[in-house]
Amino acid sequence: ETKKRMPESTKEHRVEQVRLLDRFSSKSTNGTLYLTATHLIFVESSSNNSTSAGQEIWVSASGGDCSAGSAGCPLVIQCRNFRMVQFVVQRERDCHDIYSSLLRLLRPVSYEDLYAFSYNPKQNDQQREEGWQLIDLGAEFERMGVPCDQWQLTDVNRDYKVCETYPRDLYVPITASKPIIVGSSKFRSKGRFPVLTYFYQEKKAAVCRCSQPLSGFSARCLEDESLLQAISKANHNSRFVYVMDTRPKLNALANRAAGKGYENEDNYSNIRFQFVGIENIHVMRASLQKLLEVIGSRPLSMSDYLVGLESSGWLRHIKAVVDAAIFLTKAVTVEGVSVLVHCSDGWDRTAQVCSLGSLLMDPYYRTIKGFMVLIEKDWISFGHKFADRCDQLDGDPKEVSPIFTQFLECVWQLTEQFPQAFEFSEWFLLQIHEHVHSCQYGNFLGNNQRQREELQLRERTHSLWAFLMSEKQNYLNPFYSPAYSEAHPVLEPSTLPYHFKFWRNMYHQFDRSMHPRQSILKTILTLRENSRKQLGVTPVATSDPPAAPPTRVQRSNSNTLPPRPDSLILGAPINHKEVQRHEEDDEQEEVGEEAMESTDTERTVEGSSGTDSRKQSYGELEGTYNSDVAKEEPAVVSLEFGVARMTC
Amino acid sequence: MEFAELIKTPRVDGVVLHRPFLPTVEGTLCLTGHHLILSSRQDNTEELWLLHSNIDSIEKRFVGSLGSIIVKCKDLRVIQLDIPGMEECLNISSSIEALSTLDSVSLMYPFFYRPMFEVIEDGWNSFLPQDAFKDLESMTDEWRLSEVNTDFSVCLSYPPLVAVPKDVDDDTLRKVSTFRHGGRFPVLSYYHKKNGMVMMRAGQPLTGTNGRRCKEDEKLINATLRPGKRGYIIDTRTVNVAQQAKARGGGFELEANYPQWRRIHKALERSNVLQDSLIKLVEACNDQNHSMDRWLSKLEASSWQSNVKEILTTACLAAQCIDREGASVLVHGTEGTDSTLQVTSLAQIILDPTCRTIRGFQGLVEREWLQAGHPFQQRCSQSAFSNTKPRVEAPVFLLFLDCVWQILRQFPCSFEFCESFLVLLFEHAYASQFGTFLGNSAADRSKLSLPEKTVSLWSWVNRPQELERLSNPLYEANSLVIWPSVAPQSLLLWEGVFLRWNRSSKCLDEAYEEMVHIIEYNKELQNKVNSLRRQLAELETEDPLLQES
Repeated sequence: ETKKRMPESTKEHRVEQVRLLDRFSSKSTNGTLYLTATHLIFVESSSNNSTSAGQEIWVSASGGDCSAGSAGCPLVIQCRNFRMVQFVVQRERDCHDIYSSLLRLLRPVSYEDLYAFSYNPKQNDQQREEGWQLIDLGAEFERMGVPCDQWQLTDVNRDYKVCETYPRDLYVPITASKPIIVGSSKFRSKGRFPVLTYFYQEKKAAVCRCSQPLSGFSARCLEDESLLQAISKANHNSRFVYVMDTRPKLNALANRAAGKGYENEDNYSNIRFQFVGIENIHVMRASLQKLLEVIGSRPLSMSDYLVGLESSGWLRHIKAVVDAAIFLTKAVTVEGVSVLVHCSDGWDRTAQVCSLGSLLMDPYYRTIKGFMVLIEKDWISFGHKFADRCDQLDGDPKEVSPIFTQFLECVWQLTEQFPQAFEFSEWFLLQIHEHVHSCQYGNFLGNNQRQREELQLRERTHSLWAFLMSEKQNYLNPFYSPAYSEAHPVLEPSTLPYHFKFWRNMYHQFDRSMHPRQSILKTILTLRENSRKQLGVTPVATSDPPAAPPTRVQRSNSNTLPPRPDSLILGAPINHKEVQRHEEDDEQEEVGEEAMESTDTERTVEGSSGTDSRKQSYGELEGTYNSDVAKEEPAVVSLEFGVARMTC
Repeated sequence: MEFAELIKTPRVDGVVLHRPFLPTVEGTLCLTGHHLILSSRQDNTEELWLLHSNIDSIEKRFVGSLGSIIVKCKDLRVIQLDIPGMEECLNISSSIEALSTLDSVSLMYPFFYRPMFEVIEDGWNSFLPQDAFKDLESMTDEWRLSEVNTDFSVCLSYPPLVAVPKDVDDDTLRKVSTFRHGGRFPVLSYYHKKNGMVMMRAGQPLTGTNGRRCKEDEKLINATLRPGKRGYIIDTRTVNVAQQAKARGGGFELEANYPQWRRIHKALERSNVLQDSLIKLVEACNDQNHSMDRWLSKLEASSWQSNVKEILTTACLAAQCIDREGASVLVHGTEGTDSTLQVTSLAQIILDPTCRTIRGFQGLVEREWLQAGHPFQQRCSQSAFSNTKPRVEAPVFLLFLDCVWQILRQFPCSFEFCESFLVLLFEHAYASQFGTFLGNSAADRSKLSLPEKTVSLWSWVNRPQELERLSNPLYEANSLVIWPSVAPQSLLLWEGVFLRWNRSSKCLDEAYEEMVHIIEYNKELQNKVNSLRRQLAELETEDPLLQES
């Protein structure tokens, strides 16, 4: 609903007779392209009479890269939600205009140009404020049982003086004095000294995080050693702490030459040191790029696909993160040992491992609210550099990396193994991913809390969490069982390779031809919804019969079905069909892609590989097709993920 | 009784059974003529009953005097039995080896099995060709049921009754049979009610190197075309393979002789390649020490998923010719008993909603596999752990089931049956107490008197309690054609078969139960609402006051 309103803009660019191509079929649709300050909008021509039936594509301007080719004037836009849109514009000049405008709009120079600052969901200030108060990290630490007799809240970073990328409120062992903290922070990259991020109350074991020590080949720091000692002492269950360096050993060794490195076990009497081997942001960026290259090419053989999947290394990296989180979880929950996690700066791999580990240990983080809290804590407040990693402004392309996407994927892989353990469904993860990149809400803007305060995001933008909470019913997992979580508070996933699957609904979310035509999740959600309504209807029918004739009750019910998330797998055209289907719910015939055939032969419904796309899918009937469709297909200009390239 | 001679040691105590993800069981091992049984002799503990015919291979290992037998089954399960005493262990293993590789079909368990359940409907009579033909007759009068093969003299692998174009007489059929591999002249496989188009199947034409032709063959298949219409011939082999077949007397339909037909070549693998594919896949799935890269690379190297994709693609192509192009189709490969049947049966799943019901699917398996002469006995004599050469076995039917599973995954509400039914068919095709999958053809089955001497699998399946277990709670009849996506990203590894014994399915099973619960609860509520509505309607008609308001 929020996206359906045309954004206001000073100058609107409009080009008619633009063709939209489907990348996995020879299908195309004609329409008009609008370019506003924040969105690129394509409206299918045939929809003039009834807007709801037509296909509208909204591309958030802050969400993509584009490139244009010369011949036939194709315009290809690669979005950060992995949508790939291909237009063919009739006049070359129009195409070039759009392209250069897009280039400008995609990379604003200042935060104020981002959508979040102009987005107005028609809420008053109080509602906005309440939205921001939804997540309270102080309350979260209280929930974990902190402060307590061993852990305290320190005000050492109240003014961001000790570490400007940490939040103001930090939790440390009670025996860690300010001089120790300050001393330790000077010995750690970017001043990110060891602090508490999760407390496992049952065993009093702590998960702490920091950045790498500036140890070089031989340097040591007594305050840092004391701080680790203090962390160890705070846990009476164990005489040592694990120090998990999430980097491959080679990377850590190389860092020593730059005066950084890792803890020397000889200097820290009470630690057990462990490398876990997650690769750095550059490897991850390249890996995703490779993956997208593989799956983005059109007719993919099974062999190309599997070889490409392997050589991209993507699933290997996902597995490495899950493996690290399992190590952390076992150390804390089974051995009852506190663990200190770090990588280089302690805001990428460290965030992945700490948050995923907490999610395995604590069922709360597997609820909708708890998952928001987890992201707010380990990612937003501890300074994962969302602005840099997600390329919000015109920044350094080498800083861009899909670290957060990987985290969401790890969670998805877990939901596949434990279908009853999570309150939310995959749609929730996809929607969060969408908005990390849409810049429609203020939550993920900037790189750290200090910057966010300077930008006055709480005063000038809206919170995503409030929006998601208001749509909560859309994201529920119908199979969720709180009883399961009670019986299995700690998840023990298997990380055998075959348990990791390609996340089609993320990387092909918008390629409808690839999705199952019928969805169990959607069917069951609809049933649940019906059950709820029937429970509502029943008393009305018995106590006050004349109130409403049954047929009308049913009819009005079908109209109030909760709106499905806009941009997700089961997108707009299907919503339309779904509505239609519920309106005519007396009719038996509904499922399958051909239901629409009689009314609309042009559009292939629900990702069918039927009429239009079958040529690509099944092949070989050359002579029987209008060959012009295939012929006019423009040469696609290759583009790099995260980088826009001018080629026309 | 010959079995007694093969059983050297019928009973050993203190045997320990190891199975992945299950607690070990200690008990007594017994060998009977057809079963390996392990019982802990305690109440409430499950026993292991394993058909000897389910055993694909066994390995022996010794540590001191403790011997272990690793039993690898055709359903891909691997179990280990620790047997105290070297002699006992050797005896047991050689007995199992002998009993699991009996040559004679008539010694197989189905001939000894007596059903412990009441046979409500004899499955041997459930899917007779004459009944299927009655359905066809209600739609069209252009076909007839020929008795030319009643004594299996025209084609050894065809059933006694086949549907052919009405205008083609039996003499013509006899002539055509000499021009087609294995005598498999073109017969009707499927009639598409929506537009009257048909799918036929056959063996390859025996054109040979000098381009032999057969006017009767041309006449037969042309008789299925509407005036002015063209048809498609889908050859499941590549052009090269088809060309090479000429040298061995085979070949393909030349354009000059079949001007009304367009030939399309696809590249479906032959049976021995498929067997290798299965062996490699199962090996990859069973190795728990793989890194991600190694797993993906082995999965790719097995080519299993590629085979699934190619078969599905070809079936979709056939379905597309019929439904979208409005053309008739003839499908063949070399013999017409393997890849041909994969294509014709899958195309029917796509096109015909009846085939997506439990009974309709049985009918499909009966028509397109059993009566169509897929050599089950040969193909399913060994599974993924076989190492015999040369091979006649191949997972042709398993690949078909895998493809059905892929479509089921994509249309989870359009099938009356659930995954268990497909798994069940896989198991019974390889080892069973029922006679359904014995023999290689209708002729074999008739010679073995299977209907008289064995019980049909369908007799077991078509009982209320079994049907309930196999039915899909999400099913809503869908009368439409269902087009699956064949993109590699849309196809998955069939975990229910290939990882079945390598993972704990507890979480998934519980979630499934929850789903069933939600569906049932919803139904219950719906019924309640309906009955209240009825009451309300009655009240309204009875009470004039209410009517006014």
